[in-house]
Amino acid sequence: MSKKKEKANKPKKVILNQRFDDTFRQCIHNSNFMIGFFIILSVILIAVFSGVLEPYPYDEQMVGPRLEGPSWEHWFGTDNYGRDELSRVIEGSKLALWVAFLGASVELALGITIGLAMGYFGKWVDRTFSFLTDLTWCIPGTILALAVVTIIGKGLTNTIIAVSLVAWAGYARPVRSKTMSLKNMAFIETGRAFGESSRAIMFKYIFPNVVPSLIVMVSMNLPGTIMSTTTLSYLGLGSQPPSADWGLALSDGMKFISRAPWLSIYPGLALVYTTLGFNLLGEGLRDILDPHMKSQ
Amino acid sequence: MGEKLLELKDLSIDYKIKDGYLSAVNKVNFTIDRGEVFAIVGESGCGKSTLAHSILRLLPGGNEIVTGEIHFKDEDLTLVDQERMEHVRGKEIGMIFQNPLDSLNPVFRVGDQIEEALLLDDMSEEDAYKRVIELFKDVKMPDAEERAKSFPHELSGGMRQRVMIAMMLSRNPELLIADEPTTALDVTIEAQILEILKQMKKEFNAAIMLITHNFGLVAEIADKIGVMYAGEMVEQGDVFEIFENPQHPYTKLLMKALPSGTKNDGRLQTIDGSVPRITEKKPECRFANRCPLADEKCRTENPPMEWISDTHYCKCFHLGEEEK
Repeated sequence: MSKKKEKANKPKKVILNQRFDDTFRQCIHNSNFMIGFFIILSVILIAVFSGVLEPYPYDEQMVGPRLEGPSWEHWFGTDNYGRDELSRVIEGSKLALWVAFLGASVELALGITIGLAMGYFGKWVDRTFSFLTDLTWCIPGTILALAVVTIIGKGLTNTIIAVSLVAWAGYARPVRSKTMSLKNMAFIETGRAFGESSRAIMFKYIFPNVVPSLIVMVSMNLPGTIMSTTTLSYLGLGSQPPSADWGLALSDGMKFISRAPWLSIYPGLALVYTTLGFNLLGEGLRDILDPHMKSQ
Repeated sequence: MGEKLLELKDLSIDYKIKDGYLSAVNKVNFTIDRGEVFAIVGESGCGKSTLAHSILRLLPGGNEIVTGEIHFKDEDLTLVDQERMEHVRGKEIGMIFQNPLDSLNPVFRVGDQIEEALLLDDMSEEDAYKRVIELFKDVKMPDAEERAKSFPHELSGGMRQRVMIAMMLSRNPELLIADEPTTALDVTIEAQILEILKQMKKEFNAAIMLITHNFGLVAEIADKIGVMYAGEMVEQGDVFEIFENPQHPYTKLLMKALPSGTKNDGRLQTIDGSVPRITEKKPECRFANRCPLADEKCRTENPPMEWISDTHYCKCFHLGEEEK
């Protein structure tokens, strides 16, 4: 019996391995994906080992002369308080990833739940939330987020929440249309005939079928979230000093742009590097996961 | 035969449409006893599936009006709340659908899907897995352990229908509604599925409501037949009586339309015309426009229920008359 089982198991394993190999090979051969992957990996590693990598405490003043240009002691120079800019840029990566993580979580939680409900229940639920998503699209996101921040107060976490409260619509709409096409499929009826509740149908039957398209959407939307949050920080509503947020650093650096351009350049480059990484990753994932591209 | 399990009383279903109502099912009555197979026969669009879906309240929702009573055991399913309905579905009444190809969730392994269902009944995971394998063996799934790990797209249509049946049997429903279970399958698989259904009936004493347009299937398995036409049950009775002595002109024509004999017998007989769209309820026989026996009376009066024997009735004015 066990021998028979072993025999039967073998070909299956090979197929599974092969499928994994195929996907793996596709990832390796997709330069967008690989570059994006390594960029994000480097940002994550830098954030994780920030304690080791920072040459000076990021918020300690007068570790060197004020507004000094890049040198061997201070690779990225120092700011107007004599703080080491390299340490501050490294510290900022933690905040950027926190924004990406919390922002994506809140956006997804809202977007998926509301999108599923819109598509599944239709009628007034759909009309109400469609109205809301249209609303978030006809008012520029930053302005709307500004309004939300003024209501709930300043601070990085509040800013992320404000941006997410605007950006969920970007997920809700695609999830809604996918749900609408899925809910009429036969396997949904099977589930219902089987005694599943509406909630179970939404999260056990429809949601897993929406996930593949979400993965790409997340990596494509993340840069937007990071940029919006940075914008709000730049405007002085997000992170508050002495935080090492890149947006805040940019706005601080603006005051000394002609005397100490490195204060704006390095945080700006870090921001571009991170968002570029997410964009390339998303682009690559789309190519890999899209079955239409596969056939070519 | 046994005690009454399901009884439909004057069940009507109307769809609200732009210019009024579309009568999909009109005053249908029948009962199914425990361990009995009741077959509903009729051509496409006569309301068979609508009738079946209405029992489990699975109609698309929104624009249909259901009137009448659906008694299952001792409650009226048209009156119970949503929660109770969810309990009835799957646990007490199972349903198998017409198209097995997309009736399964494409992202989960089939074994897990059934297991999931079993876990609804507070079963341990280990027991659930064992039960899945057992069920797969019951429905004659080759390589049961192996197949449980497959995704739906890796299985053939016949295998997927077996999975569906296994899934519906997993919670031992007292009534199984099979909505054209073999329509999408080839004849050899059809025979095997039929065999499985027969065995289920014998082993679990489950009642089966079989919806089909395949008289061969009916003759094989059914105890009682209901012939539906344009939303009405025009003739109903014991399977032997209907096959030996069909009374309604529609039933007779259906029987004649069965392929029989050799190809030398000439062309297959057909019934001219198609099922009419009934948008207003007026007294008439709905088959009148296609019936060879129709006369003035048929177009102005509702034909009464005529009892031919204790178990056989027919709605027609022209009982016993032969085609002119």
